[in-house]
Amino acid sequence: MAETARSSAGSLLYDPRIRGYGYQALLVAALIGLALTAGYNAYVNMQARGIPMGFGFWDQTAGFDISQTLIPYSSLSTYGRAFWVGLTNTAMVAAISIALATPLGFAVGVARLSPNWILARIALVYVEIMRNTPLLLQLLFWYNAVLKALPGPRQSIQFSSLVFLNNRGLYIPRPQFDAGAGWIGAALLAGIVGALAYRLQARRRQALTGQRAPVALVAAALCIGLPAIVYLAAGRPVSFELAQLSGFNLRGGVQVPPELAALVFGLVTYTAGFIAEIVRAGVLAVSGGQSEAASALGLHRGLTMKLVVIPQAMRLITPPLTSQYLNIVKNSSLAVFIGYPDLVQVFAGTVLNQTQAAVQVMAITMGVYLVISLAVALALNLYNARSVMKER
Amino acid sequence: MTDARLDAPLSYVRVAPEPVLPAPIFSRGALAWMRANLFSSWLSGALTVLSLALCLWLIPPLIGWATFHAIWSAPDGALCRAHQDGACWAFVAQKMNYFRYGSYPQTERWRVDLTEIIGAALIVWLLWPRAPRRAIGAGLFFIAFPILAFILLRGSDWFALPLVDTVLWGGVFVSLLTALVGIVFSLPLGILLALGRRSRLPVVKLASVIYIEFVRGVPFITVLFMANFMLPLFLPDGWAPDRFLRPLVGTALFAAAYMAEEVRGGLQSINKGQFEGAMALGLNFRRMMGLVILPQALTLVIPGIVNNFIGLFKDTTLVSIVGMLDFLATVENAFKDTVWNGPTIAPTGYAFAALFYFVFCFAMSRYQAAMERRLGRGRRR
Repeated sequence: MAETARSSAGSLLYDPRIRGYGYQALLVAALIGLALTAGYNAYVNMQARGIPMGFGFWDQTAGFDISQTLIPYSSLSTYGRAFWVGLTNTAMVAAISIALATPLGFAVGVARLSPNWILARIALVYVEIMRNTPLLLQLLFWYNAVLKALPGPRQSIQFSSLVFLNNRGLYIPRPQFDAGAGWIGAALLAGIVGALAYRLQARRRQALTGQRAPVALVAAALCIGLPAIVYLAAGRPVSFELAQLSGFNLRGGVQVPPELAALVFGLVTYTAGFIAEIVRAGVLAVSGGQSEAASALGLHRGLTMKLVVIPQAMRLITPPLTSQYLNIVKNSSLAVFIGYPDLVQVFAGTVLNQTQAAVQVMAITMGVYLVISLAVALALNLYNARSVMKER
Repeated sequence: MTDARLDAPLSYVRVAPEPVLPAPIFSRGALAWMRANLFSSWLSGALTVLSLALCLWLIPPLIGWATFHAIWSAPDGALCRAHQDGACWAFVAQKMNYFRYGSYPQTERWRVDLTEIIGAALIVWLLWPRAPRRAIGAGLFFIAFPILAFILLRGSDWFALPLVDTVLWGGVFVSLLTALVGIVFSLPLGILLALGRRSRLPVVKLASVIYIEFVRGVPFITVLFMANFMLPLFLPDGWAPDRFLRPLVGTALFAAAYMAEEVRGGLQSINKGQFEGAMALGLNFRRMMGLVILPQALTLVIPGIVNNFIGLFKDTTLVSIVGMLDFLATVENAFKDTVWNGPTIAPTGYAFAALFYFVFCFAMSRYQAAMERRLGRGRRR
């Protein structure tokens, strides 16, 4: 082999290793050339149009208002501040949506598998409608056709005068923390730590003696009961301020603007359809022999699900579930269509239009989403490495 | 020696068959089905009652809204404003041409129709598993049809078709066109990226991985923004594509990354022996991939590709953010018509749009499920 390769220079071309190097060198050259050309063009074009080059705009005064902010912000704040406002709003929408879509999706997925015919059909119709219409259409529907069409504050839809719904948004009671409310938080923390410790101890005992302990019951008692006792002992330091009609508007309470309500509602109902299918597929993928074996061991249906089916299904459910969570983060950018000030609407929209610094703004925006995606992917890989089935 | 007791018919011996009794009512028929599927336990029964209540609460009003109380024809919005308990289909009927063609010139609309008919015929050819010569269909769909569509829709002096500016394009055919561009360009690009990701050459692999993970990590909207705002900056002055073309470029590049992951899944599921067998026959890389590996891998991932296409079709609604007038954008635009202004207009328009997308996406997902079963049948032993 080595002799034939050396025998003529022409056969060097047919050496796969050399050809590999050649292809790679070509690719590198092409990519560098592309990047240099693009960079040079961008430089020339930006100079010609008077677009700022660096990130100097970051500290300039923004001069526009944002309707909803989690951190202090005014039109005198900087563009950098506006970025953080958008980012926190995106994070809030994503967090709320994930927290709500998960239980709804699991519930619909379980309903799809239910032996109850009509419940399974309803879940199926829900899933098909959600998965086969565009998210944007659903968001626009909830925002324009439902929330904007609600009556005004004076004719609000009320739920036992605790929750109000009208065309200015959703009003929910605002919790007010008086002195001593911190103890409740401390009690909750202590309850959680206690529950985790009890779970650890119960597992160890089960491994040693085979005796099972009522972990869920004790954990619930610790996490709910302990704060409740402290709440009473500290003289009820938490009260709720209700929204009340004064004049033509509602005052008090927490006002959830219609944009946020529509965005979260749309994201939750849409994503729940996908999560339901993931859950269903995960449960169905656990082979029937597993539950048969569990029954043969004498486990009843509930314990079979809890100890045999769900732990195995979770391993299949977790990766696609995580990618649905990432989809929620990415899809929250549809906020721009209904005017909710998320990262894309504030930063890639208003800031980009005002500063014209398209390259920098888009790089930062995409960078944020990319960092979130990669961080989650990394965490998922770690989880997968831990939970992968141990084969012989 | 006869015993009188033996001659007498014995009371405990049957001489005639007993009449056949009907099965217990709870073991067969409708009642049994209801007991097994609706009232198998107290919880199940309660859920059934709740579900029935939900259906009764939702379905009759919805049907009434969409049919009995709806306004089917009216010259303007006055009648719809007077009947607010029903849909205003008259609005959809009158705006139908706008929904379909946008502002495409009336006399040239046959070109859009023709393109749609040819495209539909080619798609049927391509997707029908028993159609003859599907390879030719694929060639026509992926190479000839895009060129034909470009000439027909945009116009060309050679064929005496007047030019139609893309500013006038809009409606359903723009949505379909965006999806078409996405699929036609993303499939070859995606295959290349998938091969690149599985390559043994580290630079090729790294470049593919970076591209795929980058695009999959960011929202489609930011890709559209990038195509719209940054593409003109990266190209020499005057080279920047048409405002209509930029979102299409963004769509194709975005869809390619997702397609690549689908194809990679297919490549990974091909048995190693297939590669080794192809190499043992002396095939080079291109022939091995083209003749042995890709035909198997792509057939395997047809369901995934269709699934991707459903997502892509739904995502085309986002292109309106950069000024493209897709179907949903024409619906939204039509709401602004003061002649039709009224509270029932928006729900009607959204219901119609939802029906349109649902019909397309549901048909595709049924097709995908059928393909999955078909493929599964061959591979199951």
